[in-house]
Amino acid sequence: MSEKKQWFTISVYSENNVGLLNRISGIFLKRHINIESLNVSKSEIENVSKFTIVVHTTEDWVHNIVGQVEKQIEVIKAFYHTDDETIYQESALFKIASHLLFDERQIQNIIKESNSQIVTVSRDFFVLAKTGRKHEIDEMHDQLEPYGIMQFVRSGRIAVSKEAMQITALLNGIHK
Amino acid sequence: METIKEKKVETKSPKSIRISGAEAIIHCLLEEGVDLLYGYPGGAIMPVYDELYKFQDKLTHILTRHEQGATHAAQGYARVSGKVGVAMATSGPGATNLVTGLADAQIDSTPIVCITGQVARHLLGSDAFQETDIVGISTPVTKWNYQITKASEIPEVMAKAFYIAKSGRPGPVLIDITKNAQIDELDFTYEKCTGIRSYKPVPSPDIAAIEAAAELINRAKKPYIVFGQGVILGEAEEQLKALVEKAGIPAAWTIMGESALSSSHPLNVGMVGMHGNYGPNILTNECDLLLAIGMRFDDRVTGNLDTYAKQAKIVHFEIDPAEVNKNVKVDLAVLGNSKETLEILLPMVKENRHETWHGEFKKKHEIEYDTIIKNDIHPTKKGLTMGEVIEEINLASKNKAVIVTDVGQHQMIACRYAKFEESKSNITSGGLGTMGFALPAAIGAKMGAMDREVVAIIGDGGYQMTIQELGVIFQHQVPVKIVVLNNDHLGMVRQWQELFFDSRYASTVMTNPDFVKIAEGYHIEAKRVTKREDLKSTIQEMIASDKPYFLEVKVEKEDNVFPMIPSGASVSDIRLK
Repeated sequence: MSEKKQWFTISVYSENNVGLLNRISGIFLKRHINIESLNVSKSEIENVSKFTIVVHTTEDWVHNIVGQVEKQIEVIKAFYHTDDETIYQESALFKIASHLLFDERQIQNIIKESNSQIVTVSRDFFVLAKTGRKHEIDEMHDQLEPYGIMQFVRSGRIAVSKEAMQITALLNGIHK
Repeated sequence: METIKEKKVETKSPKSIRISGAEAIIHCLLEEGVDLLYGYPGGAIMPVYDELYKFQDKLTHILTRHEQGATHAAQGYARVSGKVGVAMATSGPGATNLVTGLADAQIDSTPIVCITGQVARHLLGSDAFQETDIVGISTPVTKWNYQITKASEIPEVMAKAFYIAKSGRPGPVLIDITKNAQIDELDFTYEKCTGIRSYKPVPSPDIAAIEAAAELINRAKKPYIVFGQGVILGEAEEQLKALVEKAGIPAAWTIMGESALSSSHPLNVGMVGMHGNYGPNILTNECDLLLAIGMRFDDRVTGNLDTYAKQAKIVHFEIDPAEVNKNVKVDLAVLGNSKETLEILLPMVKENRHETWHGEFKKKHEIEYDTIIKNDIHPTKKGLTMGEVIEEINLASKNKAVIVTDVGQHQMIACRYAKFEESKSNITSGGLGTMGFALPAAIGAKMGAMDREVVAIIGDGGYQMTIQELGVIFQHQVPVKIVVLNNDHLGMVRQWQELFFDSRYASTVMTNPDFVKIAEGYHIEAKRVTKREDLKSTIQEMIASDKPYFLEVKVEKEDNVFPMIPSGASVSDIRLK
């Protein structure tokens, strides 16, 4: 395993229980490893939640962490993947003053070229939604910044692995 | 709580009874075979204590003098009996006082269930009197925890608590119960928990891995076993002994594993780690095969990882997959319960003798005996040594006592020199290093093994951290023998200050009270020994007594424990002086 730091996406399948987020985040805290992004949602299996956690660390550490996470009673299974092994996306919302749409022609070009969507337009502001990789969202942010962004927010990463995560089979095995 | 909802089959058993949550808790404990628990009452847990009063013919509650004492007593009880220890406390400070014991039980894999009262559901989050987020606080130091806010949850959650605490790699569980859930009624039926879908307590043995291990054992010229508490928790003592004897492999132990193999066994070569034996440490870096059985490569065992057993193939027999490759990268992992995996391994292993290799351990032992052990247990200097006290306890108890130790020099000396014939006999705070552990743990150990002699060996520092538990010993006439090895210092810290901080004894000198008078204040028979000629007879008198007995031995003030692997050094660099 490598000592080199890189990006890892940790996927955790778990029961949907109060307190489990605290238990999982504590494992990172204890090792002084920062969570770069976190997303919790339902998964492809009924009543099973999925945590998607992004960290920048070494494979030794991510292996250690996944072992500790999986050990938690209510965690069904945990996996880690490098960026190459996953398909991943993030979403971002930009809130921008409406007059800029007419005063600054370049903004319309940015909207077209970035493949973003206008979610809403009001007299005072409009909202752009952009889905993509982190660097694409960063680029769009950099382009819009000179004109003034009223509010900006980006979601945690969501990811699916290229290889199958053998969760359903595992659960079926346990049910038997 | 999804799992619970899912598993709950809503059929009202004809046997169901309508009772309060508090009474349900008692029934759950009885269903789990609990007849003894330790605790301390308070506002938020009073409904349960009221039921304990009604059920006192079936369930004995021992009032410790501090909640920390309740957790350590529950630990001591669990460690000698192999059963789950139970501790109870109220909300707020009662609950936070459990944290040290939970952390100790977590790192030393001890099965305990702690039950805490909590303010009523409608007061949660209001900063009510004695409200504290004990579930949040205890999360990192529990195997599992849960807050019950409805009476109907009690039977299923309690069943889960006991199952989780005891199964797989054991550990502490905390169940926090709001006051309304104790008062409200439920239709009570009880079903023991036998499985949880997201939790696999014991990995299934992999035959290919066991075959590979056998192959390595059969080929090895200098095989070496280091075993830990996993052997005791997995009840694999017989299998370990059989492997050691059949393959002729010298075996050393971590302090948590001590007593799993009889001290007198010819292939028991002693203790590994910072103050372990000379041969077992040095030869870790000379073996060609290291079999680590039910141990977790703690830093106090390995020293510097970069120079730990690099020449050897390492096989790790382990129940917890997260321990594999955590500290030491191994060549082969054999996952599973050690009893089961060793059982499968045994027929595959060829009979062997490694006499030359075993001879290396004997040679190293002679060096250690001449330079250290002889002076420790048969000293010729004036002052009393801790080692000679342990040796006299061995002789008087015929190596049959349960030895409960605290943390520090006396602990290392006791682990080095105490002799054991039976398993589950060395009770100590290994991973967390909790001063104050021994006195309450000895109470629990005695109650968990009433037919056995229990001797607590404690330093003058740690003794004063939980000294109030003398009250329990007095009130219930718990016949434990308490030996305080008094050097008027926090000895281990003082030793480090002497060796690594130019003898600057910052806050390690203790002006102690009259310990004999304190014990006598609790009406416990008490003696003090200051001279060698009184030691043997007093220890014999203590062991012969069938009552609680306190013995203070004034030992040399500035003795050091050797051998020693300085913190961060290699096992090869173990110092004899």
